[in-house]
Amino acid sequence: MKNFKFITITILSLFLATSCSDDDDNITIPVPVNEEELITTVNVTLTPNGGGTAITFQMQDLDGDGPNNPVFTYPDDLTNAVLDAGVTYNGEIQLLNETEDPAEDITEEVEEEDDEHQFFYTASSSLDLTTEYANFDGDNNPLGTEFTVTTGAASTGTLTFTLRHEPTKPNTGLSDAGGETDVEVAFSIEIQ
Amino acid sequence: MRLFLLSILFISCQISISQNCSNTITGKVIDQHDGTILVDAKVTILETQQFVLTNFEGEFSISNLCNKTYTFEVYHAFCDSKTYKLEVSGDTYKIFRLEHHLEELNEIILEGKSVEIKSNTTLENKISKEDLEHNSANSLGDVLNNISGVSSLNTGNTIVKPIINGLHSSRVVVMNDGLRMEDQDWGSEHAPNLDVNAIDNITVIKGASALQYSGNAIGGIIITENSKTPVKDSLYGKTIVTGATNGRGGTVTSQLTKSFKSGWYGKAQGSIKRFGDFNAPDYNLSNTGVFERSLSLRAGVNKFNSGIEAYYSLYKVETGILRASHLGGAEDQVRAINSAQPLYIDDFTYNIDAPYQDVTHHIARIKAFKKFNDIGTLNFQYGYQQNNRLEFDVRRGDDKDKASLDLKLDTHTLLLDLDSKISSTTKLKLGLTGQYQTNFADPNTGVRRLIPDYDKYNFGAYAILDKKINNQLLFEIGARFDYTYLNALKFYRTSFWESRDYDTTFQDIVIDGDFGDQVLANPKLSFYNPSATVGLNYKFNNGYKLLFNYALSSRAPNPSELFSEGLHHSASRIEYGDLQFDSETSSKVSITLLRENDNFSFSINPYANFINNFIVIEPIGISQTIRGNFQIWEYRQTNARLLGVDINSGFKLTDYFQLKNQFSLVKGKDTSQDEALINMPAASTKNTIVYNNKKLNNLNLALESEYVFRQNEYPNNNFEVYIAETETTEIVDVSTPPSAYHLLNFNSSVDFKLNNKTSLTVGFDVSNIFNKSYRNYLNRTRYYADELGRNFLINLKINY
Repeated sequence: MKNFKFITITILSLFLATSCSDDDDNITIPVPVNEEELITTVNVTLTPNGGGTAITFQMQDLDGDGPNNPVFTYPDDLTNAVLDAGVTYNGEIQLLNETEDPAEDITEEVEEEDDEHQFFYTASSSLDLTTEYANFDGDNNPLGTEFTVTTGAASTGTLTFTLRHEPTKPNTGLSDAGGETDVEVAFSIEIQ
Repeated sequence: MRLFLLSILFISCQISISQNCSNTITGKVIDQHDGTILVDAKVTILETQQFVLTNFEGEFSISNLCNKTYTFEVYHAFCDSKTYKLEVSGDTYKIFRLEHHLEELNEIILEGKSVEIKSNTTLENKISKEDLEHNSANSLGDVLNNISGVSSLNTGNTIVKPIINGLHSSRVVVMNDGLRMEDQDWGSEHAPNLDVNAIDNITVIKGASALQYSGNAIGGIIITENSKTPVKDSLYGKTIVTGATNGRGGTVTSQLTKSFKSGWYGKAQGSIKRFGDFNAPDYNLSNTGVFERSLSLRAGVNKFNSGIEAYYSLYKVETGILRASHLGGAEDQVRAINSAQPLYIDDFTYNIDAPYQDVTHHIARIKAFKKFNDIGTLNFQYGYQQNNRLEFDVRRGDDKDKASLDLKLDTHTLLLDLDSKISSTTKLKLGLTGQYQTNFADPNTGVRRLIPDYDKYNFGAYAILDKKINNQLLFEIGARFDYTYLNALKFYRTSFWESRDYDTTFQDIVIDGDFGDQVLANPKLSFYNPSATVGLNYKFNNGYKLLFNYALSSRAPNPSELFSEGLHHSASRIEYGDLQFDSETSSKVSITLLRENDNFSFSINPYANFINNFIVIEPIGISQTIRGNFQIWEYRQTNARLLGVDINSGFKLTDYFQLKNQFSLVKGKDTSQDEALINMPAASTKNTIVYNNKKLNNLNLALESEYVFRQNEYPNNNFEVYIAETETTEIVDVSTPPSAYHLLNFNSSVDFKLNNKTSLTVGFDVSNIFNKSYRNYLNRTRYYADELGRNFLINLKINY
């Protein structure tokens, strides 16, 4: 019986102990997490081969997977990037995580792990341009953060940049590259 | 099992040849102290070696006796047997009273009596120790799949989550030897963290009728238990070794029990399971290996009036997730779904690489009971559980070897209940439960918390009364009330917070501070959940029995349903919860008609479950991100209706051959929107022919045919996505269920007695004999890969 009393008292006090503690207001504020691998921004810079004004356009999605849609910015507040016909441009892609301060340059990470990454450029059939890789990984397979664009005749369409993580290398294009998509951005282009 | 024993008895009775004597002795075996009936007591006539086991009512009957004096030996598990001299003249009736206290001593195992009924008025489905031993290399979910009405939601073939009558996750409660498992069960790719080798039997109750365990088991309850330890001086153990070809791995498990006449006992158990990549008939399923370890220790003492037991267990599992199922956005999904083979196939390896899960579950528990002659048995239990879930994704840069999800869930549970016998026909069960739970999401992952930090308190109280109206009719009624208080600290993206108008609705719960583009909210939510059950159990005279049960249950929304907000990587979709959810409430009516008979037995169990405020997740649109397009899935509350039937039957063809059939069907409907519910198990049927010969080393051979129909009722959640490469718009088919399939499996076992104390059981199984390629609607990787191909398995069990 003595044991029983002990047990009863223990149980009751445990119940009370837990019920008392639920009204404490001393909150320890947790640390917010900023997504480390998030890519918020894709900047593409095209510089005419042989000199001229560089053209930069951007896709920015500061809330990542959140409900806001990405925002596209083209030079001169236009709704597309305007290129000259019959010109070769040297292209460069920059990836940023702008939720960090200062913004983190993800391009560096991609270039460090060049054997595990590859950019692909897909021009819509209506758009008269060709692209070529300008940088490569250690095995001499394309990486593609640097590239060239050669424009043909006047036309409009989209140019899609796709970054695949852990693709099969070498490959013949997106269809047999596998891996998973880290970036897929379609920019509107006008050649005039 | 009972049926099985009865059939053996039936056979053995035929063998004993009697003279010209036609007397029958009938009777009952009861407890000398309180008159309780003793089920499965063995009554043997020493002169003729005839024996029978008492039935559910403690009754027995032995025929073909002469007019003379016989010696009866009456034996019941864990009791010392007793002999009686009895003169038989004509048909005789006799009540045997056994000194039953030895069995009562084992009440320390709270629900451990092998015949204890958890719910008197719903059909209980059991998995025996032998079945568990034979399935040593399988997961809990795989084992439960053998019960009609129980299926599973799989991620690959190693993450197997039980579905009971169409419901899963937080709607299915797992009671691990009296303690409710708290292992982040809200996730559809979170399997129960439990090793089948650490338990001795399982009971499944489809529905919420067993209120002593929980009031929110809208789907059902899975109760695992451990065997009683005998009160005598002994030392025994067993080792099971399993090897399988598919996955090129196996399991080793061992346990040792020491018991003393004084009531003290100790038991230790450990297992290791290791498999490499499994394979489908046509290819290797890359990164599907599993490495599981478990350990459990228990020690205690059982006295006549009291007992106490301490228990500790550790479960750790690393589970690879099919590499080809790890995708970016909808564009990747189109590629993966449209490809006939997985997009990532590598050579076989034992290595487990990202994506994978690494989960550790600790349980420490103390149980005690004390018997009072006037009030009944008082049981007490305190349990502590810690669940640490790490999920690793394919990541970049410095984060490569860092977990993307790191949750630590600590739970303290207190239980206090009283079992009392008000009269010889009325039993009352009263109980109180208290639980404190705290979840910590480690911010060092560098990925926003999927589940926020929270504290949760739960208090519950219940009362269950059962009354035997007469020998045929039993009536049961119960009620339970649970209060849950949840205090969370959740970071929301400002854009989401505003898009939901939470900035006006919930401005009071915002905590001031500069968190960049995030808002810190402190929701404090209270839920009041009543539940109740009422039921009848009626026995007809000819072996038929009718069970009726109505259960009202309600469940507070889980953290995932409340707080989800962001990309769910393993599902390639964005998921949104809702802070404003109410509890969901289910009303389930279940009727069972069963027949217990040697030659033909069956049970048929139709049910209807109506759920108000049922929480479903469904697609509402597409979100454009830098990674491409993702489908947005949002939780919402609706009304649902589940109708179904589970059928089991057994038919004895000859003394050695038996036919068994199982069939289950469930139809789930969202009644508010008049459309089918997603992920409802398709109708399925299993037919088995069993050969069993006790005299031939208990040789058991079984050939099983399993047919799973195609699920024709499903919501259409397909969506379209533009593919730049081909300049086409493609449908992402995430809805269409795969075709029906038929599998043939074989399993066998045979026993050998090595010496007095040692026996060996050898099992040999082949599953998917024809190496058929098929896909399962309820496998989350079905879009990307086939199910497992043929598998040969050898199972060796040594008892010593």
